[in-house]
Amino acid sequence: MNHLNNSSNHAQQGRQSQNPQRLSLINITKEYPGCIANDKITMSLAAGEIHALLGENGAGKSTLVKSIYGVVAPDQGDIFWDGRKVIIKSPSVARDLGIGMVFQHFSLFETLTVSENIELCLSKKQLTSIPDLSDKIRQLSRQYGLDIDPDRHVHSLSIGERQRVEIMRCLVQSVKLLILDEPTSVLTPQEVTNLFTVLRQLAAEGCSILFISHKLHEVTELCHHATILRGGKVIATCEPKNETSASIAKMMVGELAEQTAGYAKKQGTDTVFSVNNLSLSPLQPFGTTLKQINFQLQAGEILGIAGVAGNGQDELMSVLSGEDNRSKAETICLENQNIGRFSAGKRRKMGLAYVPEERLGRGAVPEMSLTENTLLTHSEGFVQQGLVQWKKLKDYTSQLITQYSVKCHGERSEAQSLSGGNLQKFIMGREIGQAPKVLICAHPTWGVDVGAALSIHQALLTLRDQGAAILLVSEDIDELFLLADRMAAVCDGYLSPVVQTDNTNINEIGQWMAGTFIDEEQSTMIDTSSTSPTPSQHSKKETQA
Amino acid sequence: MKALPFKLIPTLEARIEPSLIMKISSPILAIFLTLIVGSILFSLLGKDPLHAMQVLLVAPLSDAYNINEMLVKMGPLLLCAVGLAICYRANLWNIGAEGQLLIGALGGSAVALQFVDSSAWFALPLTLIAGVLSGMLWAAIPTLLKLKFNSNLILTTIMFNYIALSLLNWGVHGPLKDPDGYGFPESAMFSEATTLPLLFSEGRAHLGVLFALVLALMTAFLLSKSHLGFQIKVFGSDEAAAKYAGFSSTKLTWIVMLFAGALAGLAGIAEVAGPIGQLVPGISPGYGYSAIIIAYLGRLNPIGTILATLFMAVLYMGGDLAQIELGIPTAVIGMFQGVLLFFLLACDFFINYRLNFNKSNAAYAQ
Repeated sequence: MNHLNNSSNHAQQGRQSQNPQRLSLINITKEYPGCIANDKITMSLAAGEIHALLGENGAGKSTLVKSIYGVVAPDQGDIFWDGRKVIIKSPSVARDLGIGMVFQHFSLFETLTVSENIELCLSKKQLTSIPDLSDKIRQLSRQYGLDIDPDRHVHSLSIGERQRVEIMRCLVQSVKLLILDEPTSVLTPQEVTNLFTVLRQLAAEGCSILFISHKLHEVTELCHHATILRGGKVIATCEPKNETSASIAKMMVGELAEQTAGYAKKQGTDTVFSVNNLSLSPLQPFGTTLKQINFQLQAGEILGIAGVAGNGQDELMSVLSGEDNRSKAETICLENQNIGRFSAGKRRKMGLAYVPEERLGRGAVPEMSLTENTLLTHSEGFVQQGLVQWKKLKDYTSQLITQYSVKCHGERSEAQSLSGGNLQKFIMGREIGQAPKVLICAHPTWGVDVGAALSIHQALLTLRDQGAAILLVSEDIDELFLLADRMAAVCDGYLSPVVQTDNTNINEIGQWMAGTFIDEEQSTMIDTSSTSPTPSQHSKKETQA
Repeated sequence: MKALPFKLIPTLEARIEPSLIMKISSPILAIFLTLIVGSILFSLLGKDPLHAMQVLLVAPLSDAYNINEMLVKMGPLLLCAVGLAICYRANLWNIGAEGQLLIGALGGSAVALQFVDSSAWFALPLTLIAGVLSGMLWAAIPTLLKLKFNSNLILTTIMFNYIALSLLNWGVHGPLKDPDGYGFPESAMFSEATTLPLLFSEGRAHLGVLFALVLALMTAFLLSKSHLGFQIKVFGSDEAAAKYAGFSSTKLTWIVMLFAGALAGLAGIAEVAGPIGQLVPGISPGYGYSAIIIAYLGRLNPIGTILATLFMAVLYMGGDLAQIELGIPTAVIGMFQGVLLFFLLACDFFINYRLNFNKSNAAYAQ
């Protein structure tokens, strides 16, 4: 009883002392062994405000938003919600308050459908207020242009589509504060524009939005206020519309950020890797069929492949890496050897390295140490007579960590304890460390901050200059123009012609991403030759139409 | 009446990260809870619970004879459990150790019975190899079915346990029956040449027990130091990563399953060529099933498995003694094992979850 009385007193004091902000954070501090993730962070958001949270990887953004969403309990500091002091013990408490969050690593059940996934996070009250959830999803999907089919299973969705489901989940719950961790990184320019329309609409309806992004031009375009973190502290706040991307970047990383305008393009030499007339039906029931893919990859060049998520990139990557080795032997060629039937391990031994799209759970085993994760793909020189040279491996891992400035406690850190960007730097370093002849790289800087992206770009260019052939698949068109020497685009399982980056422009590639290169003849030929088309082909075509 | 500041019925919530304390203390807590339930049961049966516990857990370690007998029980339990622990590490749900043990005994006996009147030095190695190969064969069939037809390993291995038992019964009633055995369903006694030597001057502890201990230690070493062990761990904890790294899932499945089959087969032949000395229908009082519990109790770690086996062997011995001294049926051991597994799984649940007694609207409290 006493306890309750006290609490209401506190709440009233809180109400009097605070402005009518939707959310206020006062001196939030969170310490982890070895580092202070958040150091006395104070910030606030008004109703209807779009607020950017900026900072390098490891600056403490994730920890801060996790404190707001009840995933992490701060050691010190107070959180006020609508002027009342609250303790957000768990995400369900956060959701009850009206806080929704879209994480960088998605939290969806793969075996369930979209609407089942959304249903799972709704309380009974919310559920009864929605007569037909699928209809509601379709309606919101139309309203906000999210293009989500409520009946599809999540395992058949690409990363981009999954993110849209996560956003939809918050929309269905009609949140008062929406936290978005890098929402635009997998969307096409048009989809980003649509999303921004949604966010502006939500803000106009009074919803506050906390927006984490590394794309600074988006922040200047969209956000009303920005808070910039470095080393766990608030180091600046600004009004983005009065700033430029460059000035904000400078605040984020200090004086280090000298964004180069562009890198020199290179001409490749001999063809080391080629794909010849590759057509393959998908393993997944809703996957994309690969159709007549042809390209050559030359030593000393970066070939960039653009495309919207879910147009066959995942399927192409697993066929090239060897995780899916059903294609005909002669369709894939590495140094004049037909490797279409070779396993991933065999291809790796021949000098083909691969950085996959999913960092955690594929590129790295979450609960294993960085040393063990080095051994995952790099066993050459560390295994003698079947036994692992752990000492040597640990030294090498520590060296990788230093060389690629991976922020972690050391080689014993579990992969899952690293932030997305730091894990990516580690995986890039591990793959490059094997001195590959061919590096296949999927979305290398997705969710990575400016500083880390810069060092990943540098690493890729250095590898190219050493004579490696690099295939870069990315949904970030700016990045492709920055790095790729030649470019192509995928759409619906077709690959466009390959052109010199200098001889094309963002418009042409953008049109290719939408499939303008697929001529009628080609597609009808394929349709008659293949058996009945899968449902996804239908839906994809409808989408394009 | 004002509401209490805490809930009478707590809610379950996921922990942010797995609790290390619970990981370590879960098996100990489970054993403790099992003993409490056991004490209550003994009291209800009108026995003095303290005396019963003394008979069950202390008496088996009280003299040389009992310790010998306990070691005899440890042998097959440990062999089966180590194999299963590796299977479960690799996410392969092999429940077939019992059948692999029985077939190991059957196959090994078929060879041993060729040497009834012989004293050839190679008779024993040949017998053991036959046992190991038979166990491997019995593990190979469900493995093949899984890899070829994606059949459920749990179901096929269980079914193969029953087939194995029927085969064993057929063997002792038919082709392997002792012609001079007055029609009893038993084989002839093995000769000296096909019997495992004893470890001590008295008691029944035999070389098979030593095999088990050495193999458990070797497995522990290989699992932590070898590249293969690493691959098995990756395969079990993150199949997508194993695929990405290029580890062959087919190869790893074969290696792990055949290894478990070999160990269970060795356990079987070591039983008949050791303490029993002939093929009989009742070789195993469910060693292969108990090994499942042991593997979990030992945290799927070969060293932990040795400790868990020790506990389980004591319990087996204690069960025998309890039958003699207290007149309690040996079924009590099965019950103890079941209760133990129940509590272990229940305690393991709290590695990732916790009870919350706070009000759910705690957000507004304070």
